[in-house]
Amino acid sequence: MIFEGLADKLQQTFKKLRGRGKLTESDVNDAMREVRMALLEADVNFKVVKDFINRVKERAVGQEVLDSLTPGQHVIKIVNDELTALMGGTQSRIMISSKPPTVVMLVGLQGAGKTTTAGKLAGLLLKQNKRPLLVAADVYRPAAIKQLQVVGEKVGVPVFTIPGSQDPVLIAKQATDQALAMARDVVIIDTAGRLHINDELMDELVAIKIQAKPHEILLVVDAMTGQDAVTVAESFNTKLGLDGVILTKLDGDARGGAALSIKAVTGCPIKFAGMGEKFDALEPFHPDRMASRILGMGDMLSLIEKAQATIDFEKAKELEQKLRKDEFTLDQFLEQLQQVKKLGPLEDILGMIPGMGNLKKLQDAKIDEKEFKKVEAIIQSMTKKERRNPNLINGSRRKRIAVGSGTRVQDVNRLLKQFYEAKKMMKRLNEMQKSGKKSNFKLPFMR
Amino acid sequence: MNLFNELKKGLEKTRKGFTEKIEQLVSFSTKIDEEFLEELEAVLIYADVGLRTTEKIMNNVRQGVKDKKINSPADIKPFLKSEISSLLGRDLIRTKISGLPTVILVVGVNGVGKTTTIGKLGQYYQRFGYKIMFAAADTFRAAAGEQLEIWAQRVNADIIRHEEGSDPAAVAYDALQAAKSRNTDILIIDTAGRLHTKSNLMEELKKIYRIISREISEAPHETLLVLDATTGQNAMNQAQLFSQAANVSGVVLTKLDGTAKGGVIVAIKSELEIPVKWIGIGEKADDLRPFQPNEFVEALFDDK
Ligand SMILES: Nc1nc2c(ncn2[C@@H]2O[C@H](COP(=O)(O)OP(=O)(O)O)[C@@H](O)[C@H]2O)c(=O)[nH]1
Ligand SMILES: [Mg+2]
Repeated sequence: MIFEGLADKLQQTFKKLRGRGKLTESDVNDAMREVRMALLEADVNFKVVKDFINRVKERAVGQEVLDSLTPGQHVIKIVNDELTALMGGTQSRIMISSKPPTVVMLVGLQGAGKTTTAGKLAGLLLKQNKRPLLVAADVYRPAAIKQLQVVGEKVGVPVFTIPGSQDPVLIAKQATDQALAMARDVVIIDTAGRLHINDELMDELVAIKIQAKPHEILLVVDAMTGQDAVTVAESFNTKLGLDGVILTKLDGDARGGAALSIKAVTGCPIKFAGMGEKFDALEPFHPDRMASRILGMGDMLSLIEKAQATIDFEKAKELEQKLRKDEFTLDQFLEQLQQVKKLGPLEDILGMIPGMGNLKKLQDAKIDEKEFKKVEAIIQSMTKKERRNPNLINGSRRKRIAVGSGTRVQDVNRLLKQFYEAKKMMKRLNEMQKSGKKSNFKLPFMR
Repeated sequence: MNLFNELKKGLEKTRKGFTEKIEQLVSFSTKIDEEFLEELEAVLIYADVGLRTTEKIMNNVRQGVKDKKINSPADIKPFLKSEISSLLGRDLIRTKISGLPTVILVVGVNGVGKTTTIGKLGQYYQRFGYKIMFAAADTFRAAAGEQLEIWAQRVNADIIRHEEGSDPAAVAYDALQAAKSRNTDILIIDTAGRLHTKSNLMEELKKIYRIISREISEAPHETLLVLDATTGQNAMNQAQLFSQAANVSGVVLTKLDGTAKGGVIVAIKSELEIPVKWIGIGEKADDLRPFQPNEFVEALFDDK
């Protein structure tokens, strides 16, 4: 099924409604129970959920169900629209000041990912032909300054600190002059992680703000944060006045309700999303994708975009032609595997597909590197003829192939079995397309 | 020094959010009706207890009302207290320190407080005169080794370190050999933070685990999963997948000195049967406590 999870449940709820004109309050109430569950499971703040549900209810009750949509889809659309609207537009930019240096200050709880994010942000600005300066102002956590220095070296950006200083306010203050002297045009200040209830340390941030006069103060938030996200963001916002939020660790399976909660309560836009530990893994934040992720409908847009960026479309077309002629051979099988491999770790991809986020399935669907090498070796040990016509491959040929590829006959058998299964599946998908049955999700090579 | 009071102080914010809400609710309600129960449910969800475990608790509450164990709003507090403490289990579960060395492996996602917890554990055990060694098997994050080294100096522990980017399993191996030959009592192995969904990193963790048990068959004697109290329902996924990779035997819940309620530990214990063994209530070496379910619930519900 295409939309598992919430969407599926909503469809179920509305099945009985088919053919009716208007949505009644009790229809909508049933649906809203499912939506509420989904949002709470995604860690959206309890109060935010309550308000949200009320708003959607108001909008949905009494509405004509559009002809083209089923009631279920209709409500999903309302929910999705409202969520996306609540999350705000895309604003993945650091406002560059006309009078350099632009000063950016990163703040947040302990362990949110500030130092790594500082490095990523510097890397991003470098790519935009800026000349960033990193500033190490975490004088508390052991080796935090050293960490930023190593990070700076890796991304190729200088790091300023006052060696041995215990005074983050002074470090931040001197950073601007230092930037001017070094002709750096963006200053990124990495501050120590702190609890929002620690008055002394929160006051220290205010002092840094006064001295360093940042153009942007960005709150770094872990995407896995629970109900407390709102309290934390509100405290930082009241004390400092935030200009935006960076959400980290979104490459995991967190549904990221914190993002919605923070946006709803503070109004601060989410500017970037951290998608991995590497220094280029900072991406623009897409409110619409986050909406479907929070609803448990997967991140389809990201997946499609990723596929488009990595799949070789000439090859895909060629493959499709062959499929139409029912000529799926082992050569194509290998090619297809190679394309899938290019997309990146399979579990990342599956996580983006609706209903595939399910952990158990992820475990089973893993392709590991070794396994892949084996498959490659086996197919390459076949003759051209065998590859084109796998039916030829009898017992003695299997033995030869196993020896040639340094594998066992069982491995060859397994591969052939997988191949025939893939072939069957391709054929089915192909027929589905030909018969015009609409499938919302197409495999990347089924364009 | 009164440990109980200190613990209470560390948990003040948790208490504020949780107990006070329940108290307000109780004092504003005259009878137990649907509205009251809904508000109660909200309090639990607000504490990150999670939907499923909240439902479980609420079902028991409803049953309690039916059975006349709960007759007025005022009965709710003691009832919930015993509910939660029975979900959490009543006993303190200590790590047995036996055999040379006792090996503790520390795992978790990025930034939860693994390295800090190891420093604190060192401090805790050192007071009993144990000989302690740290292994810096986080060879990935910049300056992770330095961070652990500073903690080792603070709490007077030995440390085995390789250079950044080297094989973490090799660090574990060297540390095991060193610990054996130096008669170390407790070897605590730090690992790089990893998201539980990254299969290559989880494979790396499995490899570290395998090497440890190959060298000492009962080891690791304890695998501690470190969870951040601010984490929401994702902590369940973390617990599940880390258990599969490294046979987690206990949880350390950190950052309980914030306002986060840490209610997710109730869900983890009741749904995954993994006990909480330690809680972190600050950044200093002394800010670690053995998790006493009774004391925790007491502190949570104490209103003075
Ligand atoms: N407030 C508070 N901070 C903590 C606690 N435990 C760890 N931290 C902080 O969390 C941050 C990340 O800790 P670290 O040990 O480096 O995490 P790791 O990446 O899991 O090793 C550091 O700034 C620690 O000081 C705790 O119990 N309370
Ligand atoms: Mg660490």
